[in-house]
Parts: sequence; C-alpha cells; structure tokens
Amino acid sequence: MMQGGLAGAVFGLIQRDLLLTWRRRADIATTLLFFVIVATLFPLGVGPEPAVLRTIAPGVLWIAALLSCFLSLGRLFATDYQDGTLEQMLLTPHPLAALVLGKIAAHWLVSGLPVVVLSPLIGLQFGLSGGAIAILTFSLLLGTPTLSLVGSIGAALTLGIRGGNLLSALLVLPLFIPVLIFGAGAVASSESGMGAEGHLSLLGACVVLAIPFAPWATAAALRIAVE
Amino acid sequence: MLDIHDLSCHRGDRKLFGQVSVSVPVGRLLSIEGSNGSGKTTLLRAICGLTPPDQGTIRWHGRSITEQRETFTSGLIYIGHRIGLKDDLTPMENIQAAMQMSGHPVTTALARAALEAIGVEPVCYRLPTRVLSEGQQRRVALARLWCSDQPLWVLDEPFTALDARSSQLLRERLQRQVERGGIVVAATHQAIGLDPSTVQQLRLGE
Repeated sequence: MMQGGLAGAVFGLIQRDLLLTWRRRADIATTLLFFVIVATLFPLGVGPEPAVLRTIAPGVLWIAALLSCFLSLGRLFATDYQDGTLEQMLLTPHPLAALVLGKIAAHWLVSGLPVVVLSPLIGLQFGLSGGAIAILTFSLLLGTPTLSLVGSIGAALTLGIRGGNLLSALLVLPLFIPVLIFGAGAVASSESGMGAEGHLSLLGACVVLAIPFAPWATAAALRIAVE
Repeated sequence: MLDIHDLSCHRGDRKLFGQVSVSVPVGRLLSIEGSNGSGKTTLLRAICGLTPPDQGTIRWHGRSITEQRETFTSGLIYIGHRIGLKDDLTPMENIQAAMQMSGHPVTTALARAALEAIGVEPVCYRLPTRVLSEGQQRRVALARLWCSDQPLWVLDEPFTALDARSSQLLRERLQRQVERGGIVVAATHQAIGLDPSTVQQLRLGE
C-alpha cells in the first residue's frame, strides 16, 4: 500500500477500483447474469437440434460476452467523472494513459475474466466437445481484454453526454467486429481441421496493438471531457 | 512564485474574463472574488491546467506549467467543486487512495491524524462516505491538506458547508501554509480572515 511512484499509483488505482466493485458487487452480478441469460435464450429460440446448437455456440457466446462487457463499460469513467476523482487523476504527476490502463485492467478483471471462467459451463450446455470448449475459452481469454481496451475509448468519448451510453454503442460495437470474427471463427476453424492457431494469433495481435494505443486515445478523450 | 499573465477564458460563446494578470510571491494567499458566474472556478481550473485558457500564460517558478506538467502537478493540491471522494469508500480509504494516486502515499496513522486535525469525528472513520453529511464530506476532502507539504494549494470555495470550528481549523492551516512559504489560491465569497499582509485580492467581473 505504501509504494510510491507510477507503479504504486497504478496498482493503488486497480486496488481501489476492485474494492469499489466489491462494495457494489450487485452491479457485476447483473452483468454476469445477463451473459448467462442471453446465452441461454438461444437454445430456447433456435430449437434443441444438437448439430445446430454446436455450430452456433461460439458465435452466441462471443456475442453475449461482447454485450455484457459493453453493459459494464458505461460505469468505467462515469462515476469518477461525477465525483471529481477523474479531475484528480488528471492532476497527478503520472502519465494519464498509464492510470487509464490500470482502470481498464480492473474493468477486465471484474467483467472479462468472470465471463471467461463461466464460458466452459455454457459451452457444455450447447453440447460442445472438450477440445472446442478449450479453444473457445482460450479465444475469450485472448479477446476480452481487447473489448475492455477498445470499449474504454467509447466510454471516454461519450462521457458527460446525455444518452452517451447509446452513442457509445454505435461508436464501439463496430470496432468489436474483428475481435468477434477471429474469436468465434477460432472454434469453427479448428472443427473443420484447419487449426485455430491463425485466428488465435490474430486475436493476440489485436490485444498487443490495443494495449499501447487504446489507453492513449482514451486519455486524450478524457482530457477533452474534463475541460 | 505563481505568475499569471494576460489570461482570457470563455465558456460557450460567453467571454468570462480577459487580460487577467497577477503575480503571487511565495508565502501569500490569493483570494479570488467575484459574483456567481464571473469565472472564478474556470480561473482556478486554468491555473491547475485542467482548462486551457484562450490566451495568456501561467508560470510556476518562471516556467510555463504546460512545459513542466510533471513537476507542477507533483507540487499541487486541487480541491474543486466536485470534491473527489468515492461514495463507497470510508474516509480513511478515500484519503489513502487519493494520496497514493497523486504520488504521495500516506500511512493509515497519517491519514487518521489528518482527519482528526480537521475535526472529522472518529465514529465516521469506518462508515462509507456517502452516509456523511455534506460538511463532513467536505472536511474529509480537505483533510488532504494535512497529509503532505505540496507548495501550491488551489481551493474552490473551501469554506462551503463548514461549521465555525472547522472554518477556524482550516483558517489556521492556510495561515501555516503561507507562513512556511507555500502559496494558496482560493475562490471565496467571504473574507478569509488571514493576516492581511499575506493576502492578495483579485476581483473578477469588473
């Protein structure tokens, strides 16, 4: 707790956000239940044909993960903006992008990671094989950080705007498309015998690209929002 | 030394103030006065570097604040209209989180001493900040002034919602800050009541 410097500030911020989420754990439970319910509605709507369910399972899980991640993005900066802690973040001697990366990490830990952990269970419900479930879970593990990273740009750009959440959806959901294609495609490609490595490497590339770029863009948007 | 030269700011289409120039040597309190909407808060935010001015420069010890953001912000405490407390954290956790983020981490003992110094009752230490009264919340935010020794304090209406005793404690703290060579910039409606030889006044909207 008594670490100084940039690392201390970033880890302190992650710790603070995790503590705040714990104090408001109902919010996180809502997002996760949303994920489970959306994924569960598909077999009811599409019908119980096992072959069909196995085919659509990766896409359904990915879309449910994407929407539940998006639901919690609205809270990423909104409360900090309202209570003035965002101003304080801008007035620290540390680079804002580093602090933003800390907040994104905390967001992923409470919204992305639980989805990854739950996904094998939902996969079983769709009758996926063990191998397919492993690939699906791994693709979510690689892909959900990109969702938090890219989503933070939208959350920052629409900060303080009335109806910002909806606008943020229009801005950010199209940017999620590559992650969705590579993520959901990984399972299909491995089932067809081509191997999932290609899709997984592309997912990895997305996150490697997003880690330096997204916090920087988010920081720029936050500065404008606070002005 | 804080040097504001030829500063102009607007909000929307409306010009708030123009050509504001003032120099504050160390060991002084600059009291910014003016009616509602005269731009006091905007001027404070410009001094911190949150709102870029239309024109003009702000220098801290001879160098523009935009050229030395890191040095400048590490010597700055800003307590604005939105006081920067998390509702769900206790006063202790709030102080420690804020100080850690600003690069001046404090021990639990120091945070407790700061809260005691501004008169936050010990019964509040373990409660979430959202259940405290407005005056108590403002005192928790102000406790940061007892935690560290930053040379520049920028305070927006620091006496709002404080009772007589807390106002007196804050006044003594501000006096000590200027006596040890710090600078305080405060927007205020009422006279601050410090030793007049250490106070400088700036009226906006005239």
